[in-house]
Amino acid sequence: MSGIPPPWTAKRELLAKSEAETDPSFGCSPDERPYPDMLRFGVINLDKPPGPSSHEVAAWVRRLLGVKQAGHGGTLEA
Amino acid sequence: MGKAAPRREAGGSRRDLRGLDEPSGEGNPKVTGVLPVALEDATKVVHALLGSGKEYVCVMRLHQDVPEDRVRTVLGEFQGKIFQRPPIRASVKRQVRVRKIYALDVLEVNGRNVLFRVGCEAGTYIRKLCHDVGEVLGSGAHMHELRRTRSGPFTETADIVTLHDVAYLHGEWQKTQDLGILRKFVQPMEKALELLPKIVVRDSAVDAVCHGAHLTAPGVVSVDTGIEPRTETCVYTLKGEAVTLATATMETQEILRKSHGVVARNNRVLMPRGTYPKLWHTKQEA
Repeated sequence: MSGIPPPWTAKRELLAKSEAETDPSFGCSPDERPYPDMLRFGVINLDKPPGPSSHEVAAWVRRLLGVKQAGHGGTLEA
Repeated sequence: MGKAAPRREAGGSRRDLRGLDEPSGEGNPKVTGVLPVALEDATKVVHALLGSGKEYVCVMRLHQDVPEDRVRTVLGEFQGKIFQRPPIRASVKRQVRVRKIYALDVLEVNGRNVLFRVGCEAGTYIRKLCHDVGEVLGSGAHMHELRRTRSGPFTETADIVTLHDVAYLHGEWQKTQDLGILRKFVQPMEKALELLPKIVVRDSAVDAVCHGAHLTAPGVVSVDTGIEPRTETCVYTLKGEAVTLATATMETQEILRKSHGVVARNNRVLMPRGTYPKLWHTKQEA
């Protein structure tokens, strides 16, 4: 047991350097993006079915949603 | 949607881990589980996911009977740093590499079937790990079934959807035009970047960074702890939008102290230019 801690357990804390306010007239909170943008900047946590390759699955999602591009994060292959 | 239900529509005869003794044993192992799919502009965040840690549940099948305690002992030895040569069918050069195994827990041993959970570094081949365990045991072994339960910040317990869910919900959305339905399965790309240390910048710095400028100290509003030189970080707006992926050039405390100079080098811009107003000047305008 060497006990290397997995990266997803790392604890971080945001430290303030200066004060600032944001102008609500541009930009948008990620949870409130309007329609085309929420797909454009969207990620799907997909449960890959057995059989098709990761590439095929990403291509299906692309066609299904009618988006221009879709890519998978990390091949999940036999 | 029944999110709580176990999601293995593996199809065919074997529907769960208990049905393993069926004759269809050999052939291609079943591989299912967490596969984050990024859309359009978000495909750039894939870069951040590729190097992130993974977690799997695996059924390994031994080729001969081996005492259970020996199986457990040998699997225990595969924790920490291991050497691994990628398998013949691999997408990388077949050169022995060191991979970190964060944890390897045996969940169940049933005859020659061994069910275990493994947390590992990106680029670890579980198929090869099973093979190597078989070599150490002397019995031989292969990967029979694999399910990825984590890829970076994405896990199989939170917000995971099947292709069926996607098809159904997308249809529902087309009928109702209710954005809430899309939000049930499409998450903001910021989710994929959750594990990276954050640097939050003021509005006036955003567009310069979108144009490829390196991040300088005056633009920084707040910084995460644990940043070192060369740490991969993500730059955010005050509204929480990801602006770019950047490599820190100094540690957290130094970023806090500095009044000028580059604190992080721009790697991959995620936000389109012009989302925030341009508040910097070129020579012609000055």
